[in-house]
Amino acid sequence: MANDAVPAGPSLGGARRRLSGAFWRHPWLKATALLTPPLAWFGLVYLAALVALFVSAFWTVDTFTGEVERIWTLGNFEAIFSFEDTTYIRIAWTTIWMAAAVTATTAVVAFPFAYYMARIAGPRARAILFVLVLLPLWSSYLVRVYAWRLILNEEGALNWTLNGLGLPDADIGFTNTAMWLVFSYVWLPFMIIPVYAALERIPDSYLEASGDLGAHGFRTLRSVILPLALPGLVAGSIFTFSLTLGDYLTPVLVGGPGSQFIGNVVYSNIGIANNVPFAAAYATIPVVVMAAYLVLAKRLGAFEAL
Amino acid sequence: MRSFCRRHAVAAALFVGLVAALAVPAASIGGGTQGGTLKMVAWEGYLEKQWVAPFEKATGCKIQRKYAGSSDEMVTLMRQGGGGQYDMVSASGDASLRLIYGGDVQPVDVSKIPAWKDFYAPFKSPPNNTVDGKHYGVSLQWGPNTLLYRTDKVKPKPTSWSAIYDSKWQGRITIPDNPIQIADAALYLSRTQPALGIKDPYELNKKQFDATVDLLKQQRPLLKKHWVFASDEIELFQNGDAWIGAAWPYQTNTLRGKVPVAELIPKEGATGWLDTWMLSAKSENTDCAYKWFQHISTPLVQAQQAVFYGETPVNKKACPLMNKLAKGSCAQYHANAPLSYLRSIKFWKTPVADCGNGKKDCMDYTKWVQAWTQIKAS
Repeated sequence: MANDAVPAGPSLGGARRRLSGAFWRHPWLKATALLTPPLAWFGLVYLAALVALFVSAFWTVDTFTGEVERIWTLGNFEAIFSFEDTTYIRIAWTTIWMAAAVTATTAVVAFPFAYYMARIAGPRARAILFVLVLLPLWSSYLVRVYAWRLILNEEGALNWTLNGLGLPDADIGFTNTAMWLVFSYVWLPFMIIPVYAALERIPDSYLEASGDLGAHGFRTLRSVILPLALPGLVAGSIFTFSLTLGDYLTPVLVGGPGSQFIGNVVYSNIGIANNVPFAAAYATIPVVVMAAYLVLAKRLGAFEAL
Repeated sequence: MRSFCRRHAVAAALFVGLVAALAVPAASIGGGTQGGTLKMVAWEGYLEKQWVAPFEKATGCKIQRKYAGSSDEMVTLMRQGGGGQYDMVSASGDASLRLIYGGDVQPVDVSKIPAWKDFYAPFKSPPNNTVDGKHYGVSLQWGPNTLLYRTDKVKPKPTSWSAIYDSKWQGRITIPDNPIQIADAALYLSRTQPALGIKDPYELNKKQFDATVDLLKQQRPLLKKHWVFASDEIELFQNGDAWIGAAWPYQTNTLRGKVPVAELIPKEGATGWLDTWMLSAKSENTDCAYKWFQHISTPLVQAQQAVFYGETPVNKKACPLMNKLAKGSCAQYHANAPLSYLRSIKFWKTPVADCGNGKKDCMDYTKWVQAWTQIKAS
């Protein structure tokens, strides 16, 4: 490439040639030159913010003036993991439990859907299904959450339908059940797509071989399809789990009395109490949970399926 | 937080407002420099063209707006860069004492503000902007936190706050998601359990505070939801999810004509909020600032803001002008209410450790916020 473009001036051409020669002789030099700008960006913008978070988690706030005091203390973490007042442990537990429940639900719903899309539907039906899965993502997340409020509230579409069928009110508006339903709905596309990608990659010959060896449909599903789709399921679960873990609007909008997630506690400590160090300390919990989750996901081969 | 919610609801921009408030709040709009420029931190809706433009024209002072999303953001903005980046702030009662004790705002000479004399007596020197007889700002507008109920569902007519702690209405009660709500419970206890000795619902010692928190923890299973936005509560009442709860006159007025509702100040009294225009300790634009104090306190501007925003003016003379702008609005927002009505309202102020008994044994606002998280998670 360089040789084609060079013939301009001898000195300039010489410098360029020497440079390209150096790059050719020392491949590490080329890699360094290419990677330095994005890595610097990543380090400064992304990691520096995280480091600032961790450092400020060990500071405290003067409650009278509202100023951050840069004195090292474990007080924030002691308050979070206190055995006398388990509020913060319980909130974290609720959040993680909800994230797990939503992940399991979306996996169960997404698998047959993705299977149909990848292996049964014709090209036309597949295209239509793809559009249907992705279409909700074009509207705002808030609009979809509000839509669910209209469905679930006292005089909403759900109770109206139930009453029409002669059944009593479901009465699930503004409860944890409502949150679970809404989360499972809004994050479903994030599960379907990776599972679809994993299922589509399974060669037909594997399934034929399984059949030739005498396995029936269920056995093939259990021993061939599921293990091969697992990385896709795990990859999808990274999305659904982390998105639920970090959410704080759904609890506000469809949750019941006192439903609060880790994000809500962080928000109220920054926005209302002006206690940034405590918020930072509490925000380390989802970071740690997600780090552990990603290590586990890597072991299960999720990153090959992304 | 109260104002943050309200403003966006009033602007009927809930979705946008929510996202904007959580991201970067509104940017400021530039102005000229002739005659001085006032850089103002305000609630959205407090610096409307209909009363800012005549001010700029009459005085030659320009106004630069910076809208804040919460009381804490206001405090932060006024302290930014050592203070002095902004000249004025429309602080709510839960922020004003912090600014005064932090030395961020300067005393105001009310004798230079003729319209101040027309204020209702309780708003001339309220404890949330006047300390030791010194004024640190000029009261602006206020609103009560009332008891709202569905007249077709809640019978007999409630007369006491006990209704929102009553298991009779289990799953039909809603209260604001705001730590200052602890004061509402404390106010109720001050009348129903005199043995606790609660005199001021914002000055609670450990024992009084724990009793209040216990009451709120018992109440939590009875709630349908803690509402965050005024529009949330409107929706809850409209859809029949909630039948009774703590509200502002704004919700009642919006719901009237849609569902049968009524509001009242129960026999124990009520809490309320009062906003104050304050002047930064480092401001060099005091001329323009005093002109603004006077302008915003005049009956017409008071009436305009009250009607635009849905709150109550502090100037007595604003009532007839309100009715001219919107028929019946004066009575609707209690702008002509007798003094006894005003005295039944305990206005918000920031809870601080030093509650005047020399012992500094009161629970400060940080404790309130922590307790609120615990109540909700109980």
